[in-house]
Amino acid sequence: MKITTAAVLHVAKLARLELDDAEVVSLARDLTEIIEYIDELSTVPTEGVPPTAHITVEQLPTRDDEVSIGLDHDTVFAEAPRENEGGFAVPSFVDEG
Amino acid sequence: MIDLGVPASEIADHVRDGEWSAEAVTRASLEAIRGREDLNAFLHVADDVALETAREIDQRRARGERLGAMAGVPVALKDALCTIDSPTTCASKILTRDGVSQKTGWRSPYDATVTSRLRNADAVLVGKTNMDEFAMGSSNENSAFGPVKNPWDPTRITGGSSGGSAAAVAAGLVPVSLGSDTGGSIRQPSALSGVVGVKPTYGRVSRHGLVAFASSLDQVGPITRDVRSSARVLEVIAGADPRDSTAARVPVGRYEEACDRPLDRLRLGVPESYFGDGVDPEVETSVREAISTLEEAGCEIVPIELPHTHYGIATYYIIATAEASSNLARFDGVRFGLRVEPAHGDLQALYGATRDAGFGPEVKRRIMLGTYVLSAGYYDAYYKKAQQVRTLIRRDFETAFGRVDVIATPTTPTPAFAIGEKSADPLAMYLGDVYTLPASLAGICALSIPCRPAKNREGRGELPVGLQLLAPSFGEERLFTLASTWEAASPARGNRPPPAGGR
Repeated sequence: MKITTAAVLHVAKLARLELDDAEVVSLARDLTEIIEYIDELSTVPTEGVPPTAHITVEQLPTRDDEVSIGLDHDTVFAEAPRENEGGFAVPSFVDEG
Repeated sequence: MIDLGVPASEIADHVRDGEWSAEAVTRASLEAIRGREDLNAFLHVADDVALETAREIDQRRARGERLGAMAGVPVALKDALCTIDSPTTCASKILTRDGVSQKTGWRSPYDATVTSRLRNADAVLVGKTNMDEFAMGSSNENSAFGPVKNPWDPTRITGGSSGGSAAAVAAGLVPVSLGSDTGGSIRQPSALSGVVGVKPTYGRVSRHGLVAFASSLDQVGPITRDVRSSARVLEVIAGADPRDSTAARVPVGRYEEACDRPLDRLRLGVPESYFGDGVDPEVETSVREAISTLEEAGCEIVPIELPHTHYGIATYYIIATAEASSNLARFDGVRFGLRVEPAHGDLQALYGATRDAGFGPEVKRRIMLGTYVLSAGYYDAYYKKAQQVRTLIRRDFETAFGRVDVIATPTTPTPAFAIGEKSADPLAMYLGDVYTLPASLAGICALSIPCRPAKNREGRGELPVGLQLLAPSFGEERLFTLASTWEAASPARGNRPPPAGGR
């Protein structure tokens, strides 16, 4: 299936990627080629085959529901590119004035 | 005289016995790393911290303390593994502050579980190795900080995505490194660089602190020059972890002891279809020679079929990219790493601009593919279909392991190719992963070990070739027994790449 530049822009929006024009063109070309290749899976009979979402080797263990100490505020914010009043700064909530 | 080329287990024994000081071993490793900056294998070298750790280890020995299994052994970690005392970038600009240099890389507030287990075993962590960005690639050309060069021929790729980890061990800069394997990222660079690399069973090693690529596939494992060292490292890093519910509560095996066990008439399965179109004739000859040698050593050779192998490529590139598109949503410019803030824009604009500037082309391609296959209208045709074919691939192995104990294949169809040869053709790059993907999708354990090298047809000397051995889930002991048997007879035994400038 041919992936159009419009389809690329739609998927990019879903993926939160702001692509430039050259990237849109090259991704349309690459994705078309890759998706034509992976389309071969449609020829594999899979009726009644259960999907494998995860390799589980055992019942997932449960742990005791106990409070434990997490990372403190300063540690968590040490790598924050922008902090505002003790929180992560994001545009909608910051007075840019 | 300290020789970093001896097995890690011997280095640890020398340090425990006081014959070698951890500091001297560490200095030798740091000096070797500095001498091979041309390989671009390291993104960060922890000189001061490593020397301090080494001196503490020596002091503890002097006080009569019993040292751990990795006493004084220099270890390099793939830069996808979190370290509290050095940057972690995944070779991506998005995990840097300035969008340019790994020197401004993200500082993790915690160690990965494998990192702390190595520290507890008295290993010396000397640095972080280069890789394909977010472990997405098979050639290390997708690093934001330049490709790693193959120590056997610097015009060639060293494989990926754990390329720096494989090259560092191959060139003798460290005796041990850790990589991560999602679709072959430990085994393939190990094969192309001429070292031993183990992809443990899914769930054998904790993934806590491994930056996630595809959570149902990712697994951490050792890269070393010899089999016994890999066995020792796996014993140190394996086992259940309260911080990773997928780390299985299955007892850790006696992997090092398994290296000394007799072969005991193992049934070795050989899928003939793995020697068909696309495999390099020298790779085929080399792997077949290894299989014959193992037959002479007592293995019974059983022809098997893994009929869905070919579909592993499409299946993997749907499942892995779908999981990646979700996992990489966390890189948003808000909590850590790069932030690119448009002059006028809302939160969506901040996300979009940060992610466009921070991710490289292959990561974007995979996020786009993964988002596409998960999007409305395509989910059943791609994602669900791939999960069903994944079941068929698992069944291939279940059937095969009903008749054989271990399966032997080539690790890669060809030896290392030239840097740049496939970088413009992403699909051609994906097709090269055909032999390593099925084990990842089935979650079973696998390793790659050198066999007879191939002639370097466009250059001088030889290029490494890898024999891949596969065993059922939690069958690592069996892999180590068989790999040790092969290692003792292998024509690649003792091979080392030429020194810098020695070509």
